[in-house]
Amino acid sequence: MRNRRFLLAGLLVALLLAGVGSYYASSHPDGLEYVAGKTGFGDSAKDPVDTGSPFADYETLGVDNDRLSGGVAGVAGVGLTLLIGGGLFWALRRREPQD
Amino acid sequence: MHVPDGFLDAPTSVATGVVAAAGVGIALRRARAELDDRTAPMAGLVAAFVFAGQMINFPVGAGTSGHLLGGALAAVLVGPWTGALCISVVLLVQSLFMADGGLTALGTNITLMGLVGVVVGYAVFRLVLVVLPRKLGSVPVAAALGALVSVPAAATVFTLLFAIGGTADVSVGKVLAAMVGWHVVIGIGEAVVTGLVVSAVIASRPDLVHGARGLARRTALRTGEVAA
Repeated sequence: MRNRRFLLAGLLVALLLAGVGSYYASSHPDGLEYVAGKTGFGDSAKDPVDTGSPFADYETLGVDNDRLSGGVAGVAGVGLTLLIGGGLFWALRRREPQD
Repeated sequence: MHVPDGFLDAPTSVATGVVAAAGVGIALRRARAELDDRTAPMAGLVAAFVFAGQMINFPVGAGTSGHLLGGALAAVLVGPWTGALCISVVLLVQSLFMADGGLTALGTNITLMGLVGVVVGYAVFRLVLVVLPRKLGSVPVAAALGALVSVPAAATVFTLLFAIGGTADVSVGKVLAAMVGWHVVIGIGEAVVTGLVVSAVIASRPDLVHGARGLARRTALRTGEVAA
């Protein structure tokens, strides 16, 4: 499989997972949250600082439909990660010698 | 395993912030050797994939869930230094945009998942690879075992930090037993996902898998010719 096709296929899988699959993910607390609750330090968690992001808690501000709200936040998160990560790695890469 | 604000006191959070900054600083310098025109886009994809994978919580019983941490996966696919940066970028996006993992806990989360998860996952991967037959098929197995160990390792280091700077007065022994117990189970999920994803990439592009270097020589050359 060529580079571009492989990358696009991988990105499509990531977008589908975040945009569609995440709706079907377990909503139970994760391991740390569960252990914190059970052993009695769960209440020491503070509410997260409001950074003004419209995607807090993987929901999209102003979108009422659960499936759409989570899906848009997921796709936005994948996009932001790709943009920041991809930009960083592209800037860091060794340049091929020109010959 | 995203640590929220408040679990750990300020001095501990500052200390893990320093550790995270140092680790990321070293990774920024060393990742250069792992990144070129071909692998840099792959690394961006791996970061995006880990973000997506972390959204998929799978049930592990008794009202608990787990999700991919991705440290071992990223390290095997794009190299340990770049892998640590992938996880750090994911955690940065999550805390800045998703309110997932506290801002003051970002250093803690990078230390646990970006550094401990990656270092332990990659170290176990390398060790297992020495024992297994030198063939491509060994890579997903070794990656899965690295993933399996990386999750309880990160959980153990969290408990250590909690023992030092936890704000709640709770028995550390109880926290350790519960953290390690549950995260061994979550680690099995991490191992399955990591093994499957690494095998899928190896099946289509073994030359793009950092951890398969030297094993994929013949295929890599052939693919290189086609791609060029």
